[in-house]
Amino acid sequence: MKPTRIGTAASAALLLALTAACSAGSGSSSSGGTGGAGGSQGGGDTSLTVGLVAEPASLDFTTKDGAAIPQALLDNVYETLVTVDQDGKITPSLATSWTVSPDGKTYTFELVDNAKFTDGQAFTAKDAVYSINRVKKDWTISLKAAMDVVADAKALSDTKLQVTLSKPSNDWLYRMSTRIGAMMTEKAVADLATKPVGTGPFVFDQWRRGDSISLKANPGYWGKKPFFQQVTLKYFKDPTALNNALLTKTIDVIGTVQAPESLAQFQGNDAYEIVEGTTNGEVLLSFNNGKAPFNDLKVRQAARYAIDHKALMDTCWAGRGTLAGSMVPPTDPWYEDLTGLYPHDVNKAKSLLAQTSAATTPVRLRIPSLPYAVSCGQVVKSQLEQAGFKVTLDQLEFPAVWLSTVFTDADYDMSIVAHVEPRDLPAVFGDPKYYTRYDNKQLQADLKAADSGSPEQQVTLMKKAARELSEDAAGDVLFILPNLMVAEKGITGLPKNAITESFDLAGLARS
Amino acid sequence: MLLQVLRRTATLVASLVVSSVLVFVFMALLPGDPARVALGVNASEASVAQLRREFGLDEPLVSQYLSWMGGFLRFDLGNSYVSRVPIAPQIVDRLQVTLWLVVCAMVLALVIAVPFGTVMALRHRKPSGLVLSAISQVGVAVPAFLAGILLVTIFAVKLQWLPANGWTPPNEDPAQFLRQLVLPVLSLGLVQGAVLTRYVRSAILDVQREDYIRTARAKGLGSLQALRRHGFRNAAIPVVTVLALQLATLLIGAVVVERVFVIPGLGSLLLDQVANRDLIFVQDIVMLLVLAVLLVNFVVDLLYLVIDPRLKVATR
Repeated sequence: MKPTRIGTAASAALLLALTAACSAGSGSSSSGGTGGAGGSQGGGDTSLTVGLVAEPASLDFTTKDGAAIPQALLDNVYETLVTVDQDGKITPSLATSWTVSPDGKTYTFELVDNAKFTDGQAFTAKDAVYSINRVKKDWTISLKAAMDVVADAKALSDTKLQVTLSKPSNDWLYRMSTRIGAMMTEKAVADLATKPVGTGPFVFDQWRRGDSISLKANPGYWGKKPFFQQVTLKYFKDPTALNNALLTKTIDVIGTVQAPESLAQFQGNDAYEIVEGTTNGEVLLSFNNGKAPFNDLKVRQAARYAIDHKALMDTCWAGRGTLAGSMVPPTDPWYEDLTGLYPHDVNKAKSLLAQTSAATTPVRLRIPSLPYAVSCGQVVKSQLEQAGFKVTLDQLEFPAVWLSTVFTDADYDMSIVAHVEPRDLPAVFGDPKYYTRYDNKQLQADLKAADSGSPEQQVTLMKKAARELSEDAAGDVLFILPNLMVAEKGITGLPKNAITESFDLAGLARS
Repeated sequence: MLLQVLRRTATLVASLVVSSVLVFVFMALLPGDPARVALGVNASEASVAQLRREFGLDEPLVSQYLSWMGGFLRFDLGNSYVSRVPIAPQIVDRLQVTLWLVVCAMVLALVIAVPFGTVMALRHRKPSGLVLSAISQVGVAVPAFLAGILLVTIFAVKLQWLPANGWTPPNEDPAQFLRQLVLPVLSLGLVQGAVLTRYVRSAILDVQREDYIRTARAKGLGSLQALRRHGFRNAAIPVVTVLALQLATLLIGAVVVERVFVIPGLGSLLLDQVANRDLIFVQDIVMLLVLAVLLVNFVVDLLYLVIDPRLKVATR
């Protein structure tokens, strides 16, 4: 009899505990339910929350690739010697001015004299030398290759820096505006992954993994002090959740709209403002130029004639974006509208295709599992099929599977991927080992000459290269991704074009 | 009793070993090279090969497995392939978030299931019982993420009563914490509650038909009294079993709900690391989830012994 009683007591206790827990649970639910009536999380006029899509995996862009880290830190926490403005022009930042020697190999920079790292030390030319050398020595990401051309960097004084290149390179100065040009201090590089220290208008505050990164205004900033004292970058994996967060005032700005058709819910609503500009992201229908059938010019041309770019962009990206017809976005100095080279012409595509082997053998369109590729893939397939192509479409998980199959092994005929790096025409088509497998000696020579020539020659030669590529149908740029943002009314200073690696927060304000 | 406990412990250990091998093998079979993904699209073959060596990915699978398991037993979960920081503290961090969700949802499910299930059983074949039964059927059919999306659309976007998503630690802003907790807990808990209600109902219906209840009624107890004195404990066994199974479902459901509500819990951590191809990280999380489910089942097995004295007698 006794054990039973103990058992009863035990289960009674369990039940009691459960009941207590239950009432606590329901209590908290109901108090929460009645507690909240709207209300912004922002709290105060000088704090801002921006919703973004990709959270960084680390804060150290010297060893970890990916756009999310420089998006948050570059120009905000770290600064560069030179920067790029909204029109794609190189402008001063930590360097007030610079001169180039007549042979194009020696750059002399005058630096600001009042910049300080947020750990208190002054920024001098010595730090610039250290930062430049460190890229060559300790960085592991592939972008560091842009620094290989530097033969020597030395500090002539605290505010005078001299960099000598092994050969003239226009591209080098431009790359100095990207993450590899970030100025760091030797004292802080041990904690790059968790505690970034720079000279920028913002100080890194905290990183809540899986949720947000917050920045505070830098009280000792040498330049124009930012309006917002506190900025939180909040990360959403789901585009609907991102939209909902703005609709319910959890965030103030959607930094990048991932589903352009969702803009409809903000359009015509006075509470919101839509910003539309351009980016460096060319959505490329890439061809495997290295093997049949796309090593045949006629097949490539047939594919280009088969695509109705306007209709495609309307269907898969809600008509937002720019049609360029080449690998050059409108903000690059050598942009030219080349859409006229291959106008949509199904009959021409059919007759070209009929002269080739691809008329009978199916081609494989292997796309990554990314929103733009998935929505464009079907349209591309059906447009190609109207012109007589036989297309098998398969979707590969991104990044891992797509990278190993298409990118590394080039086991594909066509793919669709956005090349978002700035000025990436040489990287995508100048290297025969790249996944496009495009080997054109003339183009390679032109690209080399463009890099080492004068800035004017660079523009002329890059224009020539872009046209050559487009005519040779090395790939088909479907459209240039738009920069789409939605903000609460009254937020000013949002950059219209997203053509640098950073999301510049210093210029934002609330009116 | 001791023998029973020992036997169940042995089963637990054996299942853990088998499942750890399975988890490891599946991860090894996944396509995609973690070193290549960590270094990005333009990295050279040489640097990828070097990172593979650093991660130990070039060693034979057996020694990779042994070093992983060895670390696991010392609760050294290793460093992430991608961010190179230790994994264990991150998991602990995220687990705290997910536990709030799962425990509150479980409690909510019980709060719904016990009274409603009982009423449904007692009013079995009466109109009120049938209506409740139909409602619970609908609840069973709705997946948690759909419930979540519906709740957000109605209570956050349209009515603006509650935040649509997000997470604030309770020690930072308790009011905001509760406001943000309501919708995810509802979407997980309502669905689980509906499922559990069905089990409570049928367990009590079964018990009602037992001889001892009839005897108790014959002694002059009312139906509720008879149930309270003799029925609940017997009905508890199947319900506790289902509860344990549901806990696993809740942990899995939390993965989806965390995504819908942008909650930095274990589920969203798992999804992130799958996308990053941070295999060691994924492996650790999956193994911990397996461990949790097996442990819960183990505890439930032991609970049977407490709830049902007959099981103890059988082994004496």
